[in-house]
Amino acid sequence: MSRPVQFNITPKPTDHKGHISMVGMPEGHMGEGFFATKLSEVVGLARKNSIWPLPFATSCCGIEFMATAAAHYDLGRFGSERMAFTPRQCDLMMVMGTISKKMGPVVKQVYLQMAEPRWVMAVGACASSGGIFDTYSVLQGIDQVVPVDVYVPGCPPRPEAILDGLMRIQDLVGQESLRRRNSEHYQKLLDSYGIQ
Amino acid sequence: MSLTNEQIQNRLIEKFGEQVYAFSEPYGMLTFEAPKDLNLKVLQFLFDDETLRFRFLTDLQAVHYPTDKGRELAVVYHLHNLVDNVRIRFKVFTDINTPDVFTATQLYATANWMERETYDFFGVNFVGHPNLKRILNVDEMDYFPMRKEFPLEDQTRIDKDDEMFGRGGSIN
Repeated sequence: MSRPVQFNITPKPTDHKGHISMVGMPEGHMGEGFFATKLSEVVGLARKNSIWPLPFATSCCGIEFMATAAAHYDLGRFGSERMAFTPRQCDLMMVMGTISKKMGPVVKQVYLQMAEPRWVMAVGACASSGGIFDTYSVLQGIDQVVPVDVYVPGCPPRPEAILDGLMRIQDLVGQESLRRRNSEHYQKLLDSYGIQ
Repeated sequence: MSLTNEQIQNRLIEKFGEQVYAFSEPYGMLTFEAPKDLNLKVLQFLFDDETLRFRFLTDLQAVHYPTDKGRELAVVYHLHNLVDNVRIRFKVFTDINTPDVFTATQLYATANWMERETYDFFGVNFVGHPNLKRILNVDEMDYFPMRKEFPLEDQTRIDKDDEMFGRGGSIN
């Protein structure tokens, strides 16, 4: 006896009221037929809801990230479902896992290949501080080679924690001044890492 | 009749006499030593001899014994006779100030990788190795991390309380 097929035969009534979340409007002045706000608000709004992550996954945190990107936790809800493994198109480098000292230059190379503006998230104890691997062969935190914006604690962090980290990144991206990347302060930061 | 440890030992003593010594059988595996200048001769004999036929180098590594003056570094060869399925362990000891041991790459091609690794971690200088440079650690590393005078922990880390985390222990 064949299994009765129930899907896609009887049309379901659509029920999307209250189920589609929209991004709130930025602060501004509104009147009849116009809306005025700051350019940086609009740019930030667009950027923060379409972050393209570059997963740099080396160990167990990478497995948690796969769960984060899959259907149950769904990174796509934050507009970040477009993962890419080419750094040149990406905005956010997510370093997940132990980075050995020999891998350090590779992380830096990937960071250098990303175009500005770029953000970095260190996921898990190893990427943030070396974690339990307090040993001669492991880099004691990726902030020794690249500047890091958000650290996610955990060993490994739950997918909720990674999502929280992504939301913190979104806050940073949304509020960033358009001049920040040209500022002296930012240049000094890059110089301290020996970048350009 | 398969090859027994006794037969191997007798064959070696027959050939090298007093030059092979310290025979023991920890967990049934024949283990012996030779002077480091003779390591290639012994390995070649173990390889060529028609009854011994140890033609597979399973593993090669070093051990550091910091208190054993004059013979601090042991280079250990693990050999396998694939025909009779017998394994033996062969050690040579060297002074840490002149850690020169002849390379086994001419005899076993697999020694190439393992000798580089042993050099990388213990600083054993394998004389005659075609490409003796670091293989697993970063090229910039300026010490041999598995020697016991060097602490295991990363010295660039400053956020840990040494008393709480047991860092910086001594070798004794």
